[in-house]
Amino acid sequence: MDLAGLLTFNVLTGIATLVLITLGLGVIYGMMRIINLAHGEFMMLGAYTAVMANGAGVNIWIAMLVLPPLVVGAVGLILERTVIRFLYGRMMDTMLATWGISLGLIGLITTLYGNVVRGVSTPVGSFEIGRYGASLYSLVIVATALAVLTGMFLLLRMTKFGLILRATMQNPRMAAAMGVSPDRIYMATFGLGAALAGLAGGVLAPISGVSPSMGAAYISRAFITVLGGGPAIVTGTGLASSVFGVINELVSFRTTPVIGDVALLVAAILLIRVLPQGITGRYLRRSL
Amino acid sequence: MTKGTMNRRHALKLGLAGAGGAVAIPFFARNGLAAEPIKLGSLLDGTGALGLEGKRMIETTEYTVELLNKAGGLLGRPIKLIAYDTQSNMQLYTQYAQTLALKDKVDVIQGGITSASREAIRPIFGRSKTLYFYNTQYEGGVCDRNVFCTGSTPAQTVNHIVDYALKNWGKKAYIVAADYNYGHITASWMTKFMKDGGGSVAGTDFFPLDVTNFSSAISRIQQAQPEIVLSALVGANHSGFYRQWDAAGMKGKIPMGASVFGLGDELTTMDTSTTNGILTCYGWYNDLDTPASKAFVAGMQAKFGADVTDLSELDTATYEGIMFWAEGVKKAGSIERDAVVAALESGISIDSPTGKVTMDPGTHHTIRNTYLARPKDRKWEQLATFPDSFPADTGGACDLVKNPRMNKQFTPDLKG
Repeated sequence: MDLAGLLTFNVLTGIATLVLITLGLGVIYGMMRIINLAHGEFMMLGAYTAVMANGAGVNIWIAMLVLPPLVVGAVGLILERTVIRFLYGRMMDTMLATWGISLGLIGLITTLYGNVVRGVSTPVGSFEIGRYGASLYSLVIVATALAVLTGMFLLLRMTKFGLILRATMQNPRMAAAMGVSPDRIYMATFGLGAALAGLAGGVLAPISGVSPSMGAAYISRAFITVLGGGPAIVTGTGLASSVFGVINELVSFRTTPVIGDVALLVAAILLIRVLPQGITGRYLRRSL
Repeated sequence: MTKGTMNRRHALKLGLAGAGGAVAIPFFARNGLAAEPIKLGSLLDGTGALGLEGKRMIETTEYTVELLNKAGGLLGRPIKLIAYDTQSNMQLYTQYAQTLALKDKVDVIQGGITSASREAIRPIFGRSKTLYFYNTQYEGGVCDRNVFCTGSTPAQTVNHIVDYALKNWGKKAYIVAADYNYGHITASWMTKFMKDGGGSVAGTDFFPLDVTNFSSAISRIQQAQPEIVLSALVGANHSGFYRQWDAAGMKGKIPMGASVFGLGDELTTMDTSTTNGILTCYGWYNDLDTPASKAFVAGMQAKFGADVTDLSELDTATYEGIMFWAEGVKKAGSIERDAVVAALESGISIDSPTGKVTMDPGTHHTIRNTYLARPKDRKWEQLATFPDSFPADTGGACDLVKNPRMNKQFTPDLKG
């Protein structure tokens, strides 16, 4: 019974981690059709922001949850203005450009801070599930993921900005005819996606080794989840994360993390084979 | 056939050589260092996933070569360092190894960090007959006449960690290790030492180097309820295991021993609550209180800045690799591979920062002091010293003096 509790908890954490690392990519890819290969590096920037801010004496919660999205969101805006906006609609070119950005960011951070592993300590302790110990910090991850999903849903559904955003993504020319500037909306969307990636990096910083090349460890899972989720960002990310998170965690526990990753990939391949447009490409198509 | 032309050419060559020699003589006489330099090749990862460890090893290589050159070089010739940054990339290892052996034609190679990289380049130097020094603590057992290993091995280190754990912590262990040859062989050694000491192993998990989430592993360990956790995890991503272990509150419950923890900058960058108490055993610790050890640290800091506070056994082993080679060259009076190997097989010793180190002729590994220590508030707390530990990893089966043609890596026999 205790074990079941612990496993449930781990599965929840796994799902939440996937949601966090995927949502930023989902916003940029799902809404703008830009394959952002620098997504992992945006996370890395977020993690570095958290580590550096914490080292400079900023309160750990602010350093983890507030500063990374702001900083990385700003970086995203700058990159959108200087590079990405010239490449809209040219998928291969954006892939190359963002790959270049990713290499550039790794190089920049390595030059600035050195190729060393850094970290911040987890701000909260642990708790007991029966005779098992578990990290209280995992609850923070779950809570953040839930908050981000809810926030995104509310933003897209309840606000005027969300409405304009969806309209622009659906038909930019029509939106422009209605007096919206698609250029600005694209900019804001890219910034939002970058900010979400930054948040993921900040939240995951305390439990991972923060190094310039850390992004690589996350990016493939993020892409798989985005593709599995399909066009609806919030619902798709949530559903795909749940499917993959459950499979990955349970198989990892029964066997090894390697087999867990294999199971995740097999599940993803099967899913894409059956639902080429992702889960929300067929079901819940009208969701967000 | 065309004897006449041959003779004329010959005469011309002789004349030229003579003239060249006559011009060159004053230079030789004035300064021995103007002689053609001896080439020392270095292959280390200055950047990438292993850059953290590699950077200091590169600095140590530069420092040691400079020491030798300041002392007048070897055989009256200066030493020229030819170094390539392998960027934590296996492909670059084989590529640069070929370059060093075939194009640069270096006289000795020092380098390689992971065991995977060593196994990638070892055959290349075997074929090109270029002497190779591998200077990293590793899983032990390499038995190859062309290769000298100066790092400590499980029989000298892991053995002591397991001993201490069996005496002080309990009998049941759980092993977590990196998923490549180092992790697998080290895990086998851990299993063997546990069983030899009357303990048992509840489970062994291997993790590829890009795994970042260890929650399922930590649950499995908790379910198995071991009294000891033994870790052979490697690299930046795996450092997350120690953090997540601490975050899950396991730190105070199950004690841990680790085979490569603290060789990088773990002590300075991780929280003390995470690092304190993790048992390690190495051939050297940077706060070892001996004059030679302090001189090494001071020398490195003088050359590379006061922030060189994370030196480890990887660096002293690099120092020893170069110094052993220099000692061999001096004794042989030559840089020819066979002469140097024969000299190194005569049982020579050097004084290094780690104490007196002797090259074991049979195994081409070092007989050295090893030390047991655990982190305490960012410092190493020394627990024990094991003088003159013997590299017994090959179980007496490797004797390169008797069987110079032997070329294999011995791994522990778990059936016995």
